[in-house]
Amino acid sequence: MSLDKPYMDVPGTTIFDADKSREGYHLNQFCMSLMKAENRARFKANERAYLDEWPMSEEQKQAVLNRDLNRCIELGGNIYFLAKIGATDGKSFQQMAGSMTGMTEEAYREMMVKGGRPVEGNRYTEEKK
Amino acid sequence: MARITASVYTSHVPAIGAALDLGKSQEAYWEPVFKGYEFAKQWEKEQKPDVVFLVFNDHATAFSLEMIPTFAIGTAAEYAPADEGWGPRPVPKVIGHPKLAAHIAQSVIQDDFDLTIVNKMDVDHGLTVPLSLVFGQVDAWPCPIIPFAVNVVQYPVPSGRRCFMLGKAIRKAIETFDEPLNVQIWGTGGMSHQLQGPRAGLINREWDNAFLDRLINDPDALSRLPHIDYVREAGSEGIELVMWLIARGAMNDTDGGKKPTVRHRFYHVPASNTAVGHLILENN
Repeated sequence: MSLDKPYMDVPGTTIFDADKSREGYHLNQFCMSLMKAENRARFKANERAYLDEWPMSEEQKQAVLNRDLNRCIELGGNIYFLAKIGATDGKSFQQMAGSMTGMTEEAYREMMVKGGRPVEGNRYTEEKK
Repeated sequence: MARITASVYTSHVPAIGAALDLGKSQEAYWEPVFKGYEFAKQWEKEQKPDVVFLVFNDHATAFSLEMIPTFAIGTAAEYAPADEGWGPRPVPKVIGHPKLAAHIAQSVIQDDFDLTIVNKMDVDHGLTVPLSLVFGQVDAWPCPIIPFAVNVVQYPVPSGRRCFMLGKAIRKAIETFDEPLNVQIWGTGGMSHQLQGPRAGLINREWDNAFLDRLINDPDALSRLPHIDYVREAGSEGIELVMWLIARGAMNDTDGGKKPTVRHRFYHVPASNTAVGHLILENN
């Protein structure tokens, strides 16, 4: 019997559930390793070599190298873990969140100051079509 | 006997901590946020709680994917502010209350809530930002804190109903503790926000304010709201609001007592990516 996942039709949103967590385990644990200063230094010195120490898929490694957070999430990454990459790069949470929306940093910040992204038209994927 | 005198609810946005720590609280962007907490700071000086039971969530700091406890109670003597990647926040260490925490663990587990017991844990912005907002920038927190971490990072997170019922069990536990302690329970996180994907930046002012209304007036019905409603209406990270239902469930009126008094209510958009909500309810 399939599990109840009523959140699959929310546009632009990936829910980090037990299945996603399984897919993204090593990707997220790699991110977690960046909590230590010495690991951040080693990662910055040679990103590819550092990533190769982790049993991640090639797609996951490429997504990290490209700083493609949407792709990272698709491949099982969770935003609170991916935020450690942003911290390593000196990015704020707002810069990271904005980078996933296709908006410029200024436009995203401006949208937030004006009250954020409206929920109208953003509840169901079919509304977006 | 110990008793819960009040519940406090607040968002715990990390950027708020950064703004405070970097001395930006007077800037035009941040001033309205901090103004909303002036009342709480004064009120706490009068209330003088003996212990705060603080419901929060860890953000991939103390708990990686190695272990994901749904409900974890801190029974340690103290907790260090965590290094979340840019150094620990310059805030006082958190002093625990092992005796009361152990008592609550014993009572709540016997009441069928299977808590994880944590004796070593660094605490991240989820816990320290509410302390800074409500107690201000101080040399030492004014009272011991019992950290209570809820998994709201990996789905399925606990249901609102489960959280509400847990709050009731926590109240029962506190009221059977044999010391005359003035205990506050805080629920933190939220309000509407989404930090991931093309829908990032979602804010729902109308829904948030309806949530506050229902939290005050009809928490029992609110606790039956399914997760998907939080996700769709308040963003994927808006789900943190289930933690507010633990604090609300611990108030007297959920068990035949009088309705609480609303001492303060505040709402502001934005703080970084997030809608800030704050509420103080006093037991009668």
